[in-house]
Amino acid sequence: MAAPCFFSRLWRAALALLALGSLAASQIEDQAKQFFRSGHTNNWAVLVCTSRFWFNYRHVANTLSVYRSVKRLGIPDSHIVLMLADDMACNARNPKPATVFSHKNMELNVYGDDVEVDYRSYEVTVENFLRVLTGRIPPSTPRSKRLLSDDRSNILIYMTGHGGNGFLKFQDSEEITNIELADAFEQMWQKRRYNELLFIIDTCQGASMYERFYSPNIMALASSQVGEDSLSHQPDPAIGVHLMDRYTFYVLEFLEEINPASQTNMNDLFQVCPKSLCVSTPGHRTDLFQRDPKHVLITDFFGSVRKVEITTETLSLQRDSQITESSYKEDRMDEELMEPLKYAEQLPVAQIIHQKPKLKDWHPPGGFILGLWALIIMVFFKTYGIKHMKFIF
Amino acid sequence: MGLLSDPVRRRALARIVLRLNTPLCVLSYVAGIAWFLALAFPPLTQRTYMSENAMGSTMVEEQFVGGDRAQGFARDFAAHQRKSRALPVAWLERMMRSVGLEVYTQSFSRKLPFPDETHERFMVSGTNVYGILRAPRAASTESLVLTVPCGPDSTNSQAVGLLLALAAHFRGQIYWAKDIIFLVTEHDLMGTEAWLEAYHDVNVTGMQSSPLQGRAGAIQAAVALELNSDVVTSLDVTVEGLNGQLPNLDLLNLFQTFCQKGGLLCTLQGKGLQTLLLMVLRQASGRPHGPHGLFLRYRVEALTLRGINSFRQYKYDLVTVGKALEGMFRKLNHLLERLHQSFFLYLLPALSRFVSIGVYMPATGFLLLVLGLKALELWMQLHEVGVSPQEAGGSPNPGPPLPGAQGVSLASLLAPVLISQAMGLALYILPVLGQHVAVQHFPVAEAEAVVLTLLAIYVAGLALPHNTHRVVSSQAPDRGWMALKLVALIYLALQLGCIALTNFSLGFLLAATMVPAAALTSPHGPRPFYAALLMLTSPAAILLGSLFLWRELQEVPLSLAEGWQLFLTALAQGVLEHHTYGALLFPLLALGLYPCWLLFWNVLFWK
Repeated sequence: MAAPCFFSRLWRAALALLALGSLAASQIEDQAKQFFRSGHTNNWAVLVCTSRFWFNYRHVANTLSVYRSVKRLGIPDSHIVLMLADDMACNARNPKPATVFSHKNMELNVYGDDVEVDYRSYEVTVENFLRVLTGRIPPSTPRSKRLLSDDRSNILIYMTGHGGNGFLKFQDSEEITNIELADAFEQMWQKRRYNELLFIIDTCQGASMYERFYSPNIMALASSQVGEDSLSHQPDPAIGVHLMDRYTFYVLEFLEEINPASQTNMNDLFQVCPKSLCVSTPGHRTDLFQRDPKHVLITDFFGSVRKVEITTETLSLQRDSQITESSYKEDRMDEELMEPLKYAEQLPVAQIIHQKPKLKDWHPPGGFILGLWALIIMVFFKTYGIKHMKFIF
Repeated sequence: MGLLSDPVRRRALARIVLRLNTPLCVLSYVAGIAWFLALAFPPLTQRTYMSENAMGSTMVEEQFVGGDRAQGFARDFAAHQRKSRALPVAWLERMMRSVGLEVYTQSFSRKLPFPDETHERFMVSGTNVYGILRAPRAASTESLVLTVPCGPDSTNSQAVGLLLALAAHFRGQIYWAKDIIFLVTEHDLMGTEAWLEAYHDVNVTGMQSSPLQGRAGAIQAAVALELNSDVVTSLDVTVEGLNGQLPNLDLLNLFQTFCQKGGLLCTLQGKGLQTLLLMVLRQASGRPHGPHGLFLRYRVEALTLRGINSFRQYKYDLVTVGKALEGMFRKLNHLLERLHQSFFLYLLPALSRFVSIGVYMPATGFLLLVLGLKALELWMQLHEVGVSPQEAGGSPNPGPPLPGAQGVSLASLLAPVLISQAMGLALYILPVLGQHVAVQHFPVAEAEAVVLTLLAIYVAGLALPHNTHRVVSSQAPDRGWMALKLVALIYLALQLGCIALTNFSLGFLLAATMVPAAALTSPHGPRPFYAALLMLTSPAAILLGSLFLWRELQEVPLSLAEGWQLFLTALAQGVLEHHTYGALLFPLLALGLYPCWLLFWNVLFWK
């Protein structure tokens, strides 16, 4: 009598334990999947403000507010390349020297005590920017001015300034075009300098800057569509200039709510600043990105979140049948050497990216051809049609 | 063959021009006048807008509260000035230093060519006082100027008070990126001219001034202030400067924006067409209507603000004016380059509306087209282009006609031209040179002597035609006057065209009056009528007429006697301003337009 009860109880306990154990195992497996979900191990940020002059105060404030958020969420100065084209904090016209405010009534000083500007004033040029991205930098460049990313880096690139359809103005003297930018990103891809890239631009007609990207794993956001102007937000009557641009202002507000543990994803970032607040229509581009934006955390790009999971269980990882083991047996060495060595196919690009051939816009013939035809027609009329022309004149 | 080289076609074209000439001329003239009158109304006017990006759309908060302090300074200044009868230099220096500026003085002196009756001065000497507020964190490469002209007849004490109070307020701010110069000049515009010449190290007008000890870099903009009372009902702004130069429209836009922001009433005299005509008359006179007019020569954009105390209900005190000035200076502080984005040549039918040069120039174009058409007609008549060879059988010339072969010798053309120019030269030089001789022989003052000599030479020129014929004898009288008229028309067209480019108002005014007379003049036809028309449109008569018009527009009409007195004063002032400031109206009329007009007078009395 007691023995069967004991056994049944034991049996039930064993079942429960087993169930719990499998649940725990699956949970850990889920966590493990999550551990390797994003594929990046470090974060970088390249923040660029391209305009100078006192009345472009808001562009510097934009960049500094993104810098501030990014630093708060964990990316250290050694992994941030901050490029500011002009010094607003120490400008003679600044009634509050050593500060740059982003909210009126001087609520928030984004300049702070520990800002580290890597490229300042006239060093912010198109050439320097492209060199930073592609890594073709002279050996004498200090470490703080380099983007030392690898193929497991998630990079945030934020640009602001004055832009137009297909270009961004640097320093009032030169421009970078969307094609140059796309090519720079392609160079980065081919050199395996990023794992995933988030590109944010806050300028007029910003969407034109991401139209030409063709490298994989890039997600892009812009503050306005082609043909629209990005508007500035609040003027401060004590300082006398506009303090921020609308889009970045609302992005900053959004980022202030994020902390390193938050699970907010990219879809929420796409909703920031609807047309009612921003007047322009923000746009985004995700077709080159492999993961679904709703699975991409904000902290994947804006923060430097170290994934640490303490587990007491052991996990067995699946063997990848494609990776072949090489053994160094002498009798097989010749055969091995016969096989050509090739890089493992990490990402079959051609299979992912299906790009439609772009329709070339038809332009009316101009310039030389028009002149040539006009000449031909004139000669024709001169020799044959002059008598008929007399009746007209 | 081409249109102009084919004789048949050329004759056809010439016939069209000759036949339609009068209607075309009349149409063109009417079109020009109508275009000008239409400039005051909406489709041709535009709303003013701020073009300079650096001065942007953001407003700044003004914090000036020194109204009482300003009045205190003003009272002290008035008291000191009454005591010493000249500018209280020591007091000004002390006050500026106490406010915190770097103070310097400059003395100047000038002997006028003849005594000035209106200001009662002959030997002018005075002292300018100016204080520099250095920019706290910038190099002194650029500066702004706030100037208050003081003279024996214009008590500008409130403006001085406001200047000192503003200086005290500005000194406490740290956001200045340019130096600010606070300038108080003696003897109104003479002091300003002396200061400007010394600052820019030039000597254009023969002023003797001591060199400046303190400088502040290139001047970007200047504001001149004239206030006569503690409260103002409106602020009047003057833009026309010396020789009709105008400041950049952005400065006016800036002033207007701050007027709107502070609720201050800012005015431009008159309304609609009246304002336009007043501006045209002021610009045509070429006088500097305030210290700003002298700044413009050095390409420093400047305005003069005059406080007016009329019988309106609402009055503004010095704090409002001070706030408007503070806002303007704060915005000018943001400038990175000189003002250059907006228009330099424009007309103002109202304070917030303007007409740009591209829109108003066709008016003068149409008027000058009349001269061109008339000249073309004369040329064709001279060369008998409209006459076919059969019709011209009676003419003794077998081959193509040459200009000289028709009996119009160069001498017969050149002589009237040279004699007229000589008359013009006499008109320019003799009055001032001969004033002492005149004073010795006649019981008149020097200024009167100058004016009367001017008039005498002018009238003497009218007697010329009767004498030129003794010098010149021409075989073909008809061709003689036609050739002369051709030359005169081209000369007039060139002059008026050049004048209209730099001073549109003067060019248009002269064209509107002189063109009909010039086009109509000929020895054949009703001589007395043409003589009267030509007299009425001579430069002196135009001056007289425009004085009457000006007073009429200002709603202070003149009687004939007053008008004549004003005319004489204007003549004296014109000569004086030419010598003291370099105004160009007197030389233009004497050396350019008067000889041209004399040529037409010669044509009229051709025998």
